[in-house]
Amino acid sequence: FSLLSLAVNVDLQTDGTLQVDISDALSERDKVKFTVHTKSTLPSFKQNEFSVVRQHEEFIWLHDSFVENEEYAGYIIPPAPPRPDFDASREKLQKLGEGEGSMTKEEFTKMKQELEAEYLAIFKKTVAMHEVFLCRVAAHPVLRKDLNFHVFLEYNQDLSVRGKNKKEKLEDFFKNVVKSADGVLVAGVKDVDDFFEHEKTFLLEYHNRVKDASAKSDRMIRSHKSAADDINRIASTLYTLGTQDSTDVCKFFLKVSELFEKTRKIEARVAADEDLKLADLLKYYLRESQAAKDLLYRRGRALVDYENANKALDKARAKNKDVLQAETTQQICCQKFEKISESAKQELIDFKTRRVAAFRKNLVELAELELKHAKVTSPHLLLVKN
Amino acid sequence: MAAERDPPPPGDAGQARFGEAEDGEDLFVVLCSPASLPAEDISANSNGPKLVDSFLDDDPDDLFAEATEEVSLDSPEREPILSDGPSPAITPIMAPRIDSTLFDQALEEEEDNGDTFDICISVSDPEKVGDGMNAYMAYKVTTKTSLSVFSQNELSVRRRFSDFLGLHSKLASKYMHSGYIVPPAPEKSIVGMTKVKVGKEDSSSTEFVEKRRSALERYLMRTVKHPVMLKDPNVLQFLESSELPRAVSTQALSGAGILRMVNKAADAVNKMTIKMNESDAWFEEKQQQFENLDAQFRKLHASVESLVCHRKELSLNTASFAKSAAMLGNSEDHTALSRALSQLAEMEEKMEQLHMDQAYADFYLFAELLGDYVRLLTAVKGVFDQRMKTWSKWQDAQLMLQRKREAEAKLQYANKPDKLQQAKDEIKEWEGKVQQGERDFEQISKTIRKELGRFEKERVKDFKSVIIKYLESLVQTQQQLIKYWEAFLPEAKAIA
Repeated sequence: FSLLSLAVNVDLQTDGTLQVDISDALSERDKVKFTVHTKSTLPSFKQNEFSVVRQHEEFIWLHDSFVENEEYAGYIIPPAPPRPDFDASREKLQKLGEGEGSMTKEEFTKMKQELEAEYLAIFKKTVAMHEVFLCRVAAHPVLRKDLNFHVFLEYNQDLSVRGKNKKEKLEDFFKNVVKSADGVLVAGVKDVDDFFEHEKTFLLEYHNRVKDASAKSDRMIRSHKSAADDINRIASTLYTLGTQDSTDVCKFFLKVSELFEKTRKIEARVAADEDLKLADLLKYYLRESQAAKDLLYRRGRALVDYENANKALDKARAKNKDVLQAETTQQICCQKFEKISESAKQELIDFKTRRVAAFRKNLVELAELELKHAKVTSPHLLLVKN
Repeated sequence: MAAERDPPPPGDAGQARFGEAEDGEDLFVVLCSPASLPAEDISANSNGPKLVDSFLDDDPDDLFAEATEEVSLDSPEREPILSDGPSPAITPIMAPRIDSTLFDQALEEEEDNGDTFDICISVSDPEKVGDGMNAYMAYKVTTKTSLSVFSQNELSVRRRFSDFLGLHSKLASKYMHSGYIVPPAPEKSIVGMTKVKVGKEDSSSTEFVEKRRSALERYLMRTVKHPVMLKDPNVLQFLESSELPRAVSTQALSGAGILRMVNKAADAVNKMTIKMNESDAWFEEKQQQFENLDAQFRKLHASVESLVCHRKELSLNTASFAKSAAMLGNSEDHTALSRALSQLAEMEEKMEQLHMDQAYADFYLFAELLGDYVRLLTAVKGVFDQRMKTWSKWQDAQLMLQRKREAEAKLQYANKPDKLQQAKDEIKEWEGKVQQGERDFEQISKTIRKELGRFEKERVKDFKSVIIKYLESLVQTQQQLIKYWEAFLPEAKAIA
């Protein structure tokens, strides 16, 4: 698991004072139970090492609590992990079970193995995503001190965090609509600060392009996987042909079947690596860039509020009415805005550093893996040819 | 003494029989008198069966092409059949043991000849002739050979698709009922042809023409590889003469076409009603084997076509990803990363081409071969059906004979001398027919055995050569991949 998490979890200042990881996970029918393991020398914890069991909803609760906390408005909130989604895999397994009668035993076992491997891969990925979230929080100088986070890590009972009911989900939906409309308004306000203005334009474009690249890479990998499945089927049909009798013809078919089997394994692995190093990377940075955009939005919002407060103060002074109140409001807005600006700058710089490092690492690893696969296949093929 | 139809063991038993062959041949010549078959060279070392052209023209139904290898028909074994009047239904198939060694030897001879089998046909230069709905594609058929049957060493003619179909239909009507596996012609495609006719110049119609060209080439090569077909005058005419009478009867809606359809339907019905008494385990086994083979090949063909489809899809998706990555690289404000992403995009573009090429290789090498074999297997099944028909004909003749005999017996009691003579004549006639039927059946069984042996050998050769080519293409793809990734790696590492 840790190997996977490092894929996106690059360049985090993991010092010895707080280390979090997911040491185990259990997949039950409808949910996944993660064992969150903490090692810490911080005095705020009762022990130095402990574990709790958490479910996906509790991660979401933690994330949302960060987002809703005004204090953290100036930070990029680490994106929440995506919901574990085994539906597709489960459906496929079910279909396989139904079609058991129509295929040979070998075919069935093979396909079952394939699907089980796929299930396992999805499982590993979701664990990695949840782990990355926690590690990012643990590495953040401010967020790591959050009380909710400590409760999350330490409290060994169920947090009784129920998922949002329909009403709340509807409220969320409307909030989002309002927010995005507001976001457009806020984004329209030109920023005096060059740095932020640049970041705004950059992030908008970048986010859209990452979204596109992520979708296209997914499609590409899906085709790759389908091709590997076809090769699998070809290999088993050839195997059946080869086992009909022991004449030369059939021996030949058996050999060819082996070849296709090997080819398939390679293709499947290539697709899987592309998936991990490329697709997941893009997906993660899609979410992170969204979080960065959210930060800019909050700052923009604060700026607008500040400017509005200034205008209100001027009006109040002109009318000489409620001046004190206007002044306090203006002070608060000013402080809020400046606080956000300060931390936002650093956050965005860190974001860039992290991003560059993550891309570098993943692209290098992708290239190395692809080379390894291709170099392994060639001699295989030549061997079988002769 | 009923000879049990086991696949004869190669070796000793075969050798012993060889001696009897000589005697059998004499008998055979005598029995063959109605067809006036000239005495053929009996030696098994003949350069393939010798066909006598005139003979064929006279009596297309009586095809004793394998005169050289006719082994059996020694009279002592034949007697039991004729006297076995009362219960023809359980007449064991009395065809005596055919020496498989003879077959093997003949096959080996063909194999050796195959190594010096010097004929190479290529189909090329597809050209559109005419306009509108009457347009057609003409292909150049080039034959390079050193065989003596041809007038020149290198010949070139122009042919259109219906010519090929015409050739096939002639060969089929000539040889199929004798048990020869006639290589099937490529399929018609109304959609494909209409596109070409209409003049749609896009990649799918070019693909279609290429697919067809390749299929026609394979068809011709397979046809001439068959020793019997190679000597057929129709084939020679097809390859040599500059003008060929237009084969109108191949059109689906022509009179001949409709007749074909009716015949097919009739055949299908017959197949259901004939319950053949198979006492030859070899045939039973082979038939089962071929049923299995057919099912497996169809599955394989479907899977390979699916693979081709997905590879093409992969290629397209890689292309769109490449564009997307390029855009991302443009947005990226970190210069080194931006450059690396652009490199990635370029590389993915190259990969797209690679995938596409691989898809074509998959297709042309593998999928088309499998398609050919699915059709060939149908032809093989057809040959088994023919054997059944021949058997049925024989059985019917036996029934008739019995009926005539019974009628004669009745007449004997009724004491009508003139009718009696007629009945005796009819009996003689039907005795002849029974003998003929039996001979036909044995002949076709023998031919089929030989054909199946050839088929198996060809199959292995075909597949081996295709798989090797396919492997080579895979190796090449991998090596290209290595080159691309090796070029990319330093760029990725250079991101600072």
